[in-house]
Amino acid sequence: MKNESLLLLAVVLATAVEMIEALTIVLAVGVTRGWRAALLGVGAAFVVLGIVVATVGPALSHLSLTPLRLIVGGLLLVFGMQWTRKAILRSSGYQAMHDEDVIYDSTRVSAIAVPREGSFDGYSFIIAFKGVLLEGLEVVFIVLTFGATQHRLAISALAASLTVVAVATVGVLIHRPLSRVPENALKLMVGILLTSFGMFWSAEGAGVAWPGGEGAIFILIALMVGASVLLARALRRHHQRTLAPQVPS
Amino acid sequence: MTYLRRFFRYWSDFVVGDDWTLALGVVVALAVTWFVTHHGRNWYWLLPAAVVALIALSLRRVSRGR
Repeated sequence: MKNESLLLLAVVLATAVEMIEALTIVLAVGVTRGWRAALLGVGAAFVVLGIVVATVGPALSHLSLTPLRLIVGGLLLVFGMQWTRKAILRSSGYQAMHDEDVIYDSTRVSAIAVPREGSFDGYSFIIAFKGVLLEGLEVVFIVLTFGATQHRLAISALAASLTVVAVATVGVLIHRPLSRVPENALKLMVGILLTSFGMFWSAEGAGVAWPGGEGAIFILIALMVGASVLLARALRRHHQRTLAPQVPS
Repeated sequence: MTYLRRFFRYWSDFVVGDDWTLALGVVVALAVTWFVTHHGRNWYWLLPAAVVALIALSLRRVSRGR
């Protein structure tokens, strides 16, 4: 039960991170060029994402659990390691932080530069469609893997959908990109959760019997938190040392 | 052909990401885990150790300019 709460937390946080990024793009084209085509693009992207979940999800749940956990857990593990690595690189200064205000402004500049042709604004449609679809695919991947390995597809999809509604509602209310949300910290938390669940499931699929059974997931999360904090600290120190002016001897 | 190549490129970027050594390392660690568990040993510690080492090495490469 506790593990399921953690799974849902990971789905909610991952959806929030991705949808905040999608919201920035949709707001930029909607505010600049009008809402009709942009919202149609958003709707079309959600239809495609819904079809992917509705078709792939039930198909995965028919597969045998052991190979499913090995393969899907392994994919989730690689995915989680990427998120963790990127969040550590950003927090230590080796990679630029994801700045929603900068992306919003640059998307608006591009949207202004493209002329409108005809009654339907195809540019807004495509940009909004692509933005939501590409960010949403990462969420779909997480929802499908969590749903398939734990047989909790419906609740994972519901948690993701409610988060999308929450992010969209906040976006409509404040009408600005959600740049104050600590996106990198959220990304690191999601990375740690995905990596930990990925390790747990893929190792189980490979035949490992975890000491403590399902409780081992908490040890894996603690290990990942500790390792991430230490690595981020060491990398930040190294970055500051290399940036510091060299004193001549 | 270009469309197909872009399609595969997108999915490989999606799954493998910026550093392909992470994916390769996970595959090797899982294969070794599978092999030893099917020969009577429960090496549950191998994958967590490999994951931490792989992330640390990947970050080290970035910090040293590869």
